[in-house]
Amino acid sequence: MKISVNVNGSAQENDVEARTLLVNYLRDELGLTGTKIGCDTSQCGACTVHMDGKALKSCTCLAVQADGCDITTIEGLAQNGDLHPMQQSFWDNHGLQCGFCTPGMIMTTTALLADNPNPDEDEIRHGLEGNLCRCTGYHNIVKAVAAVAQAGGD
Amino acid sequence: MAVVGKAVKRKEDPRLITGEARYLEDIKLPGMTHIAILRSPHAHANIVSINSERAAAVPGVIGVFTGQDFMDVNPLPCPWPAGGVDNNLNTPRALEVEKVTHVGAGVAVVVAEDRATAQDAVELVDVEWEVLPAVTDAEEATFDGAPQLHENAPNNVCMEWDCGDQSGTDAALGSSDVVVKQRLRNQRLIPTPMETRGCIAQHEAVNGEYTIWMTSQAPHVHRLLFTAFIFGVPENKVRVISPQIGGGFGAKIFMYPEYVLTTALSKKVGRPVKWVETRSENYIATTHGRDHVTDVEVGANRDGTITGLKVRTYANLGGTLSTVAPGIPTTLYGRMLSGAYKLPNIYCHVTGVYTNTGMVDAYRGAGRPEATYVVERAVDLVASELGMDPVEVRRKNFVPADSFPYEPSGNLLNGLSYDSGNYDKALDMALEMTGYEDFRAEQAAARAEGRYLGIGLSTYIEICGIAPSAWMFGEGWGAALWESANVRMHITGDVVVTSGSQSHGQGHETSIAQLVADELGVSMDQVHVQHSDTLGTPFGYGTYGSRSTAVGGVAVWRSLQRIKEKARAIAAHEFEANVDDVEYVVNDEGVGVVQVKGSPDQSKVVGEFMGIATSAAGGWDLPGDMEPFLDETAYYDPPDCTYPFGTHICIVEVDAETGNVGIKRYIAVDDVGKVINPMIVDGQVHGGIAQGVAQALWEGAQYDENGQLVSGSMMDYAIPRADLLPSFELGRTETPSPNNPLGVKGAGETGTIAATPAVVNAVVDALSHLNVRHIDMPLTPSRVWETIQSRSNGGNS
Amino acid sequence: MWPAEFDYTRPSSVAEALQLLSDNEDAKLLAGGHSLLPAMKLRLNEAPLLIDISRIEGLGSISNNGSLKIGALCTHAEIAASADVQSSCSALATATGMVGDQQVRNWGTLGGNVAHADPASDPPTVLVAFDANINIEGASGSRSVAASDFFMDLFTVDLEPGEIITSIDIPDHPHEGCAYVKMPHPASRYAVVGICVVLHRDGGSCSGAHVAVGGATVRAMRSPGAEAALRGSSLDDAALDAAAAALKDDIANDLIGDMSFPEAYRQEMAGVYLKRAVKAAGG
Repeated sequence: MKISVNVNGSAQENDVEARTLLVNYLRDELGLTGTKIGCDTSQCGACTVHMDGKALKSCTCLAVQADGCDITTIEGLAQNGDLHPMQQSFWDNHGLQCGFCTPGMIMTTTALLADNPNPDEDEIRHGLEGNLCRCTGYHNIVKAVAAVAQAGGD
Repeated sequence: MAVVGKAVKRKEDPRLITGEARYLEDIKLPGMTHIAILRSPHAHANIVSINSERAAAVPGVIGVFTGQDFMDVNPLPCPWPAGGVDNNLNTPRALEVEKVTHVGAGVAVVVAEDRATAQDAVELVDVEWEVLPAVTDAEEATFDGAPQLHENAPNNVCMEWDCGDQSGTDAALGSSDVVVKQRLRNQRLIPTPMETRGCIAQHEAVNGEYTIWMTSQAPHVHRLLFTAFIFGVPENKVRVISPQIGGGFGAKIFMYPEYVLTTALSKKVGRPVKWVETRSENYIATTHGRDHVTDVEVGANRDGTITGLKVRTYANLGGTLSTVAPGIPTTLYGRMLSGAYKLPNIYCHVTGVYTNTGMVDAYRGAGRPEATYVVERAVDLVASELGMDPVEVRRKNFVPADSFPYEPSGNLLNGLSYDSGNYDKALDMALEMTGYEDFRAEQAAARAEGRYLGIGLSTYIEICGIAPSAWMFGEGWGAALWESANVRMHITGDVVVTSGSQSHGQGHETSIAQLVADELGVSMDQVHVQHSDTLGTPFGYGTYGSRSTAVGGVAVWRSLQRIKEKARAIAAHEFEANVDDVEYVVNDEGVGVVQVKGSPDQSKVVGEFMGIATSAAGGWDLPGDMEPFLDETAYYDPPDCTYPFGTHICIVEVDAETGNVGIKRYIAVDDVGKVINPMIVDGQVHGGIAQGVAQALWEGAQYDENGQLVSGSMMDYAIPRADLLPSFELGRTETPSPNNPLGVKGAGETGTIAATPAVVNAVVDALSHLNVRHIDMPLTPSRVWETIQSRSNGGNS
Repeated sequence: MWPAEFDYTRPSSVAEALQLLSDNEDAKLLAGGHSLLPAMKLRLNEAPLLIDISRIEGLGSISNNGSLKIGALCTHAEIAASADVQSSCSALATATGMVGDQQVRNWGTLGGNVAHADPASDPPTVLVAFDANINIEGASGSRSVAASDFFMDLFTVDLEPGEIITSIDIPDHPHEGCAYVKMPHPASRYAVVGICVVLHRDGGSCSGAHVAVGGATVRAMRSPGAEAALRGSSLDDAALDAAAAALKDDIANDLIGDMSFPEAYRQEMAGVYLKRAVKAAGG
C-alpha cells in the first residue's frame, strides 16, 4: 500500500505491506534505526516516537495507520547539530548506561514535559510508566527530566 | 587537572542519545537472509518426526533445516564444571535431535529472504512429539520416581559439591546456645536486558572465514568457544564483533545454540544469516538466574556470637547446561558464605539439578546475591531469635578492620583472602544517613496506629575482579582469567587503547580514558578506547563479575607504565641525559612532560605533535636499538580477587490491609575501593539496587506443573518501573584494594547483591510484632497479606 | 514480530464500514489497535482484512447534553482530560487515566477497549457502575445495550459480527461522590482488582450507591449486595464491613486469579478496595 508520511520534517512516500509495523517502516524502510524494539507486548517503550505530536509506541501501530501523519523520531530531535535539551540533560545527568531504552525514554519525556512543563518527582516517575530501563534504576533519568523542567523545558 | 575521581561525562553518550549507535539489529549486510526457529512447546518430549514440506514450499523460503543437518557441529561446551567433583554434563546442540528438556529448545529452522516470511513459514513445520512428564522443582527432581531428563544423570543430578568444614560445623551447631533453621527460596529471575540477543554471521567460502556480529559480553571467549570447541578451526578463521550492546547482566556471556546455528547456516546457505531474538523467545531461550532452594542452620551464643553456619542448597540448572552453569552455585556461591563475618565454622553442600526449565547461569551478581541473601537473612534470624538489634549482631561478628587480609575459616575460599575492609565504618555512615534510632521511635509510634514500618540492613561483601587464573583453574574453570590491553600513542599524541574487555553500558570508553589521561598527561579528547572486535583488540575474557577495571584496567595501567618508561628513554637520548635523571611528570595543566630533574628548561611534552609522541613514531633518532612507536601491550593476572563491601538500609511500609510493600527510603553506602568516576559508580549502584529490590518484591519466573513458563512476557514478569521506586540515597567509603596498583575493587554488582536481603529484612522487621520470621520472595502483596492473616490468627512462621 | 498477512482498508463512514464487514466475514475492525495488534503480532489473533475505522468522522467527540456521550474513537487520554467527563463522571476520567501508560492512552480508544473486554481493564468497571449504554450500529439498524449486559464473560461481549460500537452514553446521574480505585498488577498495570463507587447522599446518610467491580472477576459487574448494605447507612465502619462482605459474596462465583494473585486474595481485596473507593468518593 502506498503511504505518505512526514518523518522528521521530510516527506516520505513508500509502498508497504499492510502488516508492516510503524517501527519496522521507520527502521527498515527509512533506515531510522534509533527507534528500538525491546518487547512484543507494548510494555517496554523503547519504540516510542511522536505521531502528530503525541507519544506513541511504534510497535503497536501499522505503518498504514501513520499515512498522512507527522512522525518525529530520536533522529529528528537535534536541530542544526544542537542537541535537544532533553538529550543534553540525559548526557549531563548520566541518564543512560547501555543506551537501548534511551531513544524511547527521551521521546516519552519530551512529550511529558510538553503536557506538563513542571512535573514533580512523582509525576515524572508516573510519566515513565510506559518505559522500562534495566540499567539505571531510573534515578538519573528522573534527575535528567527534572533538570530540563527546572531550566524551563524545551 | 586530574580527572580520575571526577564525574566526567561519558564519551560514549553522544551516539546513544541521538540514535546513531549501531546495535546488532541495526546492521544490514548485502544478500542477508533471515531465520525463524521452531521451538519446543513442550517441557519434556521426544521428537518423533519433523516434516518441513509445507514450510519449504512458502515463496521466499531458502531452506528448512533440522538437528540432523548439524550433526557435524559439536554440542555446545561447558567449560566450567564444578571444581574437584564429577559432573554429569549435558549441553544443548545447535538444534536438538532426539528430545527436548525445556520449553523453547530449538528443533528446526527456516531460512528466508525476509523475517516475516521466515516467521510465516516456521508455523508450517510439523513436528510429531511424544510428550513426557515434566519436573520443574530442583529438589523434587532428585526424588525417586521423578521424570528422568538425561541418561547420564541419575536422579537428575549434575553434580554434588561441597566446601568448608562439615564436622567442625556440625560440632559447633551441636554446642551452640541456639540454632535457627530456615528454608529459603531464592526464586528464578529472567535477566531481561532491554536489547534481546542476536547474531549475524557471514562465511567466506574461499578462505573459510567467519565474521560473526553478536550480542556478546565476551567476544574473545565466544571466538575461543567457536574455534576450539565447536567448529574445530584455527583462531584466525573466526572474527567476532560485538556492536553496541544493549545491556547484558550476564546473559550475554554465554555460547547459545542460536549463535552456533546462525553461524553454521551462513556456510550452508552461502549468504549472510541474521537472527534477532524476540522478547517472547528471550524469556524461554535466554538463560535465567538464581533458582535455589536452601536449608540454612545457623548457631549462635546468647551474646550474639555466631558459632556456625550450615547450608544445604539445591541449585536448579535447567534442562541442559549453559556455558558456566555449574560454576555459579558452587565456587561463586559456597565460597562466599562467610559474608562480612568472622564465622568460626561454615559448611555448604550444593546439589546441581536438571529440571524441565530454561537454562540457568550467571545473572547480575551470579552466585554472590544468592550467598549474600542466605548470610544476611541468617544474621537477622539470629537477631530475632535472641531478641537483639540486628545492628548489634552484625557488629559483634564483623571481620575486624585490623584483621585484613582475612582468610575465612575452613579453607572456605580455597586459599584466597579478603583484601581490605572497614565494615563498621560503612555501617556507621549508613546508620547516620538513615537516622536509625529516630526510625525505631517512628516505627513504634506507627505501630501504635496500626501502620507497619520496617527497616532492613544488609552488610554485605562481594567477590569481584574474578580471576586469578591458577585459582580459577583449580575451581574447575577450563580457561584463564587474565586480561590484556594495548596502548598506542600516535604521531599526533592521540592515544588509542584496545582492550579485551567489553562495555555494554558500563562506560569503559570514559573510565579507562580517565585513567589514561591522568597517567600520561593527555586530554580526555585525545584518548580513544576501542573494544569488542576480536580482530582489533588483544585477548580478554570479557566483562562480567565486576572485573573490567580491577583486572582489565590494571592491564591498561601496566601498558601505560611501559609507555612512560619508553618516553623517558627517548627524552634522555634527546637531552643527552642519563635516563635515571629524566622524570615523567604531569604538570599543573594536566600535560604530561618528560624533563631532566632539576632543570626545567630541559623538558618536552609527550602527547602532542612534535612531542615525544612524534619522536617515537618518526623513529628518526632513537637511542641504541630501540624500536619505534609508543606501543605497548601488557597482561595482568591478579594475585587474588577484590572484596567490595558496604551497608544498605531499606525502609518499607507494609499496607496491613493489602500486603503491598512500599519502599519509603533506600540508603546505600558502598566501598568499591578507589573510584575512577563517581558518576558512573553511582549509576552502577542505582541499577543494581533496582534489580535487588525487584527480586525481593516483584520479579519471579513461574512455571506451571507442565513446565510452561507462565511469566513468559513483560505483561506477567514484573520488571521494575520508575513509579515503584524512590530516589536512592548514596554514600561511600573508600578503602583501596592492596591487590592492584589502582586500588580499585569493582562496582558493577554491589547494588544487586546488597539490596535483596535489605528489603526482605525490612519487610520481616515490619511484621516482627506478629512473630513473622521469614517470607519467601517475591514478597508479593498476596504472599505478605497471607502471612499477616495467618499470624493475626495466632500462627507462626 | 510480524503479524500474519492481511489486507487493509480505511472506510470513511460507518455505512461504508458496515458494508465492508458484511462483505468480509472474518474481517476485524481496527481503531487504536492497542488490543488487537499485540495479539496479532504474537499470532494469537489473525484476520484476512483489517477495517481501519479510526478516521471515520463523528466518532471522536465528547458531548454533554444532559447525558454524556463519548464517541467510540475517543482515546483514553482525551477522556481523562475532558472537562465534561471530569465534572459529570470523574471516576471515568480516573479510570481512563489509569489505562496502560501515556503512550497507550494517547492512541487506545474507549470503543476498542470495551469491545475487547479484558476483565482487568479499568473503564468497563466505571461504565457498569454508571449504567452506561453502549451504542451499536449494524446492518439491521442501531441498538443500545446496557453496560451490565454488554460485558458477558472473559473477552466476551454482546456484539455481533458485522456490528460497530459508535458511542457510549453515560446517563445523567447526579451524585454526591464517585471514585475508581484499583490495585495494579506490577507488570501489566491491569487491575488485580478495580472498584467503582457512585454515592448518593442525603445529609449524613447514604441514600443510594452503585458499586461495580472488575479485575477480580470474569467481567465488570455490579454488586447488589454491597449497594444494599450501603443504602440507608451513614457509611460508618459497620456499613462498610457489611458492604465488603456482601461484595465478596456477590463475586464468589465469578472470580479469576493467577499464581501471583489468587482468586481468594482478589476476593478479599475487592472488599478492601470497596472501602477505599467509598472513602475516595467522600464517604
